Amino acid sequence: MMPDLGRYAMEVSLAYVASLGLLAVLVLWVWLRGRAVRRALDEFEKDRRGHG
Amino acid sequence: MASFWEYANPLKFMRTTDWLLPVVAMAALVVTAIGLIWGFFLTPDDFRQGATVKIVFLHVPAAMMAINAWAMMLVASLFWLIRRHHVSALAAKAAAPVGLVMTLIGLITGAVWGQPMWGTWWAWDPRLTSFLILFLFYLGYIALWAAIEDPDTGADLTAVLCLVGTVFAVLSRYAALFWNQGLHQGASLSVAPGTRMDWAYKAPLYVSMTGFGLIFVALVLAGTRTEIRARRMKALVARERMA
Repeated sequence: MMPDLGRYAMEVSLAYVASLGLLAVLVLWVWLRGRAVRRALDEFEKDRRGHG
Repeated sequence: MASFWEYANPLKFMRTTDWLLPVVAMAALVVTAIGLIWGFFLTPDDFRQGATVKIVFLHVPAAMMAINAWAMMLVASLFWLIRRHHVSALAAKAAAPVGLVMTLIGLITGAVWGQPMWGTWWAWDPRLTSFLILFLFYLGYIALWAAIEDPDTGADLTAVLCLVGTVFAVLSRYAALFWNQGLHQGASLSVAPGTRMDWAYKAPLYVSMTGFGLIFVALVLAGTRTEIRARRMKALVARERMA
């Protein structure tokens, strides 16, 4: 149930949407970058083992 | 119990964070959700600030972590400069984007709260200005890491930049006390007698602060793991080129 934010509904909603949005983007960026680097390293090592 | 210095070994760090990271990440999610849901849905309006008081559950934890992230980077940078502790240099690098976002959240939520309460989105107040400079230092720190090819040189130069930026991290924490002027009030929470905040707000605020702290730890652990892998990849490529 949404609380009654009165005449400050826009400000409070904006603060929460912007903050949670920024946190979500940060978490997504950390996760995606981590996955990309891990895959690249795994492939590199697998490839070198194959040639070794 | 392993000595702290054993974590200078990337393999040891990776093994420990294999199980630690999911635990911290889950705790961060649960504690932050409890703090923000409690603060947003279950706290009463303030008699002066109305519903804008609910912004404090984002603003204070984010601002606290913006400064603490820089403090952690400072300690990690000193470990690097004194002990050449590679994992600590990479942990400082991983902490910077998290600190940057925390600073941005602090600035945005402060502006959104300030407009109805102070009648302005922004003022060149000592604390606000030092916080903006801290934000620019985060950007500079990240840009410096990205600009330097050699990881050890990058770690050296960014560590020095971190030492310089610490002045603004300290100022952004204590500016309101140093100058005793400007729009920004003093600390919202204090252990001193006569503290201004009621427990109806203080309790969810402490939970939210703990949650933001755990988010920071989880993201830095994850980021450090990525930086360790990226550095290993770079070293392997370099070794292959030399062979």
